[in-house]
Amino acid sequence: MTLDFSTLLPYSGEIMEGLVTTLWLTVVTTFVGIALAIVVAYVRDLESGIMSRLLGGYVEVVRNTPFIVQLFFLFFGLPALGIPISATVAALVAMILNLGAYTAEILRAGIDSTARGQHEASRALGLSRLQSYRHVVLVPAFSRVYPSLISQCIIVMLGSAVVSQISVFDLTYAANFIQSRNFRGFEVYLVVTLIYLLLAVGMRRSFELVGRRLFAFRQGGSA
Amino acid sequence: MTDFTLWDIVRNLLLAGRWTVVLSLIAFVGGAAVGLVLTLLRMGGFKPIRWLIRLYVDVFQGTPLLMQLFLAYFGAAALGFDVSAWTAASLALTLFTSAFLCDIWRGCVEAVPSGQWQASRVLGLNYLQSMRHVILPQALRLAVPPTVGFSVQVIKGTALASVIGFVELTKAGTMLNNAAFAPFTIFALVALGYFILCYPLSRYARYLEKRLYGAGIR
Repeated sequence: MTLDFSTLLPYSGEIMEGLVTTLWLTVVTTFVGIALAIVVAYVRDLESGIMSRLLGGYVEVVRNTPFIVQLFFLFFGLPALGIPISATVAALVAMILNLGAYTAEILRAGIDSTARGQHEASRALGLSRLQSYRHVVLVPAFSRVYPSLISQCIIVMLGSAVVSQISVFDLTYAANFIQSRNFRGFEVYLVVTLIYLLLAVGMRRSFELVGRRLFAFRQGGSA
Repeated sequence: MTDFTLWDIVRNLLLAGRWTVVLSLIAFVGGAAVGLVLTLLRMGGFKPIRWLIRLYVDVFQGTPLLMQLFLAYFGAAALGFDVSAWTAASLALTLFTSAFLCDIWRGCVEAVPSGQWQASRVLGLNYLQSMRHVILPQALRLAVPPTVGFSVQVIKGTALASVIGFVELTKAGTMLNNAAFAPFTIFALVALGYFILCYPLSRYARYLEKRLYGAGIR
């Protein structure tokens, strides 16, 4: 067997295009997914009625079914019900719902470990419900579960390779495209896998950098 | 188009679901065996081996499972082997599982207080004896809940084998959909199939975790 990577060079444009798609999908998913998770965790923390149960059901369904099936369900299933959805939107919605469910569960663990008394004390000190939730419950919870949060965001980025299966032009789609042209499957997948690995390492570094700023107040504490 | 009754769909999905279960078992058992060897090697003192295993774990955790499947499938072909989707899927999922289990189990072994090590060595047990009689029994108790939890990820991971043409639950769903065109029903049923397999395991993992920590261990 001889490896020949030079046949990849004419396709650097496709790889760039795929990389850009994977990146923006990941960035949007990270922000919106975490926002969704905060809302879900807040509601589930606040009440235990029908809303909480519904959200709990959402979290369990997402966590116990494969991403690819969720994606197919949205992309093929919704249009059949008369709700048109493009491949990109389906991919984005599936990724956001995915990160939202896992992060909500991660956050809940962080929130549970905040002593209830702290919440009550801050309310007694005159903070509003939202102020108290933000400063006393949410931010410390985030800083506590931040390492798990980083891992989860990376898992979703890696999982986004699957959106190529509904023909979103991401990094994996680019790899499949090139493979179908130059029949150098192994070389293409090796290079693209390496790009994913670098993305994962880069994401971890950036998250750690951001975390050091965001949670600077906890430095030297029990972070 | 309307030749497919709901029962036809369900029956075909159930038949294909067998292969999801079989592939999950292969990946889990194979992955546990490889993962155990890696964990033991990693705990040994030899630096280059520890470094290599760490690299192995980082690579498998830092790349998409889908890419690992493609590489197993096309890589073997490039090496001159004509592998079936069965072989490629089993291989990729086994290696993927072994890397994650190795990482989980290393954490469990490290969680056993180092005084236990020192005490058993002082009492005259050698490395393997201390491992077998002192460290592993304690690490095992810590390892069970996250291992059961990870089995859910293995089952969900087998869905990606559909992409390289392995006919399991997800692939059966897409094939049925091409014939019967009822995507909403079919993919809802496919999802339900995975949920039935995964949810009890998730619940069991959570129960084990609660029991372990409730018992006041660490």
